[in-house]
Amino acid sequence: MARMKFICDSERCIECNGCVTACKAEHNVPWGVNRRRVVTLGDGLPGEKSISVACMHCSDAPCMAVCPVDCFYRTDDGVVLHDKDVCIGCGYCSYACPFGAPQFPSNGTFGMRGKMDKCTFCAGGPEANGTAAENEKYGRNRLAEGKLPACAEMCATKALLGGDGDVVADIFRTRVLTRNKGSEVWGWGTAYGKPAGGAKK
Amino acid sequence: MRTTAAAALAAAVLLAACSEKPQDMAHSKRKSDVPAWQGANNAYVEPGWKVGDAASWEKQVNTRAQAQNEYARINAGAR
Repeated sequence: MARMKFICDSERCIECNGCVTACKAEHNVPWGVNRRRVVTLGDGLPGEKSISVACMHCSDAPCMAVCPVDCFYRTDDGVVLHDKDVCIGCGYCSYACPFGAPQFPSNGTFGMRGKMDKCTFCAGGPEANGTAAENEKYGRNRLAEGKLPACAEMCATKALLGGDGDVVADIFRTRVLTRNKGSEVWGWGTAYGKPAGGAKK
Repeated sequence: MRTTAAAALAAAVLLAACSEKPQDMAHSKRKSDVPAWQGANNAYVEPGWKVGDAASWEKQVNTRAQAQNEYARINAGAR
């Protein structure tokens, strides 16, 4: 069974925001909500690095753990989705998520916080696959159309890879072996550097 | 007759806010989803795989994922 994952290759990301635009266009994401965004560390300095971040569809998702109304579910393909008809817009998932994936549209007269919206790995929601009802609430269901997420497929430099974890890991491994650097993907070492000798952990 | 109708209308208007949404667990439970390999109910389904066949869908997405692997694409073109 496939286990859907994203990998972003920080050696390739050029901060073009094509993935962000592709996502917004594909799903008609409302103004103020970004299911995906590009984060740059050391912006403007030599050696700056960028990665594209969205919901990572965690295997042990903190959002699922903290949701008081249990609106989240995980598909057989490892995609973390939620039911907007059950979501109460409390924001707990937003506090729990280490990636800032859950987004809340502000609308209405008083800018009221709406129901949570996040990356669906282009897999829609609990409504019938590919229907207008699903599209209106969650956006397009590309997985059910036999496609992969628009952000990854549209990435010009192929920095953002999306698909079955084993397949995208193989693609990334081939790259690293060919270019002989940049195996760290993104993590503590990339973001903060290696710990200094003798420093307390 | 007119008085009765007016009374009924007034009662309907006054009691309109007295209804209550069901709050039992059945109404606050998330809906079940169907897997992606069941296909989408629209005209944008990619050809080349059998809707409703999990193995066929998995093969389709894994083949499509190779479009992200330019090493495979370049080598395929060189052949």
